[in-house]
Amino acid sequence: MGRFLLSRLGDGIVAIWGVVTIVFVVSRLLGDPAILLLPVGATEEQLQALRAGLGLDRPIWEQYVTFLGGALRGDFGQSFQFMRPALSVVLERMPATMALAGSALLVGVVLGCVAGSMAALFRGTIVEGVVMLLALLGQATPVFWLGLLLILLFAVDLGLLPTGGYDGPMSLVLPALTLGTFTTASIARLLRSGMLDVMKDDHVRTARAKGLLPGTVFLWHIARNSLIPVVTMVGILAGELLGGSVVTETVFSWPGVGRLIVQAMEAKDFPVVQAGVMVIATIFVVINLFVDLLYGLLDPRIRARR
Amino acid sequence: MRAVWQALTRRSGWLGLFGATLLVVLVLLALFGPWLDLPDPTRTNLRARMVGPTITWFSLGAHPLGTDQLGRDILSRIVAGSRVTLMVAGAAVLLGGVLGTLLGLISGYFGGWVDRILMRLVDIQLALPLMLLALMVVAALGPSLRNLIGVLALVSWVRYARIVRGQVLAVREREFVQSARAIGASHSRIILRHILPNVLTPALVVATLELARVIVLEAGLSFLGLGIQPPDPSWGRMLADGRTYISSAWWIITFPGLALMLTVLAVNLLGDWLRDFFDPRLAVR
Repeated sequence: MGRFLLSRLGDGIVAIWGVVTIVFVVSRLLGDPAILLLPVGATEEQLQALRAGLGLDRPIWEQYVTFLGGALRGDFGQSFQFMRPALSVVLERMPATMALAGSALLVGVVLGCVAGSMAALFRGTIVEGVVMLLALLGQATPVFWLGLLLILLFAVDLGLLPTGGYDGPMSLVLPALTLGTFTTASIARLLRSGMLDVMKDDHVRTARAKGLLPGTVFLWHIARNSLIPVVTMVGILAGELLGGSVVTETVFSWPGVGRLIVQAMEAKDFPVVQAGVMVIATIFVVINLFVDLLYGLLDPRIRARR
Repeated sequence: MRAVWQALTRRSGWLGLFGATLLVVLVLLALFGPWLDLPDPTRTNLRARMVGPTITWFSLGAHPLGTDQLGRDILSRIVAGSRVTLMVAGAAVLLGGVLGTLLGLISGYFGGWVDRILMRLVDIQLALPLMLLALMVVAALGPSLRNLIGVLALVSWVRYARIVRGQVLAVREREFVQSARAIGASHSRIILRHILPNVLTPALVVATLELARVIVLEAGLSFLGLGIQPPDPSWGRMLADGRTYISSAWWIITFPGLALMLTVLAVNLLGDWLRDFFDPRLAVR
């Protein structure tokens, strides 16, 4: 287990280093930050002075090393808008994003598992048909449209829930449902097909034959064995959730990191964009590390193979 | 062709048939939209702002799906938007597919350090949520149609590379490849004539599933104002514009989203069916 952990940790670190490099390259594509920073009509001397101050007159590899060192220390420079370190601006918005992505994941896993199990248990009945139809629609509905429709129905027409903002648990309901729908649909489909496969296995027939209660067979012999692909899927879906939160937060005016990144982009506040992207990528890598470890715990054969 | 038709009309295949039909209708609509005698999608008419849908069971009326906040006809904007969307997504999937397949072929065939570097790149790119990567690159390069296609191609090549590489690893050791090598065929000949035909099918399946993802991504970027730029109509942009008027004109956001959902649904259904038809092993992703 120790070696497995180390090699996965190494992969994760390489991935984060790669993301830092991508962010660096993209930030150099953006053009001269000095021109963006100074007001229009600044003199050539002022530009030169600022470039020297920012280290932009150094060779590109030296700038890269400096950037890498800064990223390692969590230093992405000052936010142009807030005049504070970019990372602290991003971290302030983190709880809101975590609350949203976390509840969306919870909604997705719980609803998805219930729906998927129902579809597998009631195979060939109307229950399976309805669940699968909803899952197909759920996977095809873009996050931002679903958000708008839910606002239209629950906030504008029925007046039950707020249209957006960050104000108590009621304001979390619609964003979480919106963001969680794709996850729900994906998990339901995956769990159903996984369960149908496991149900055909010999060990399930044996369990039934020796007279175990149907509930026991389902929980310990079918459900447990169908969960492994679902765990991997959660790792993949974490990326969709974090990416989807950018749009969901914009739709619901949710003060999270995703909306901050979009706003920072409009304001050309690149340190905040870089810090935000790095934080989200790091979280994603860490989640996938956990998923891999969990995967190893659930199925010892996987550990042996690596 | 007959086998495909039979598989489509089998009980498990009717969803795929439905998807394929829907997609054909959408493509025809996009192609022949300009000849449909619809109002100009960019013509504003301030006296007909936010007119509700006029469609009934018996007639279409002046604006079947209503007009938006500037009095533009929503149906014509949806049809015009489908042209842009399908063109951008199609070009991106083609470009990303060619690039990804090529790199997957090279990676799988030559192995060694080329393979290690390419697969590391794939891992790194998968560590960045697509939406963020696309946002960053579009913000850096500016939102033009060409940049948009480039960005979408860039974010989608990894999946082809991964699947194609896996397939190449299996095909590389087969006897016909070994014998081609034995009679002295060059690497490029072996790759293009002997291996490529064997990896095209999985690449096609990935392309279909990727098309849906790219369409949603493009709409998302346009929704955030970083995708297709006005005056070109786009579904994502229509949704963003309609957001402000959500409490007074439900139709502005409803119909473009419906078009988007139906398109993605059609592509997904076709993709699922293709995957099951060609290679059920790909089913668990």
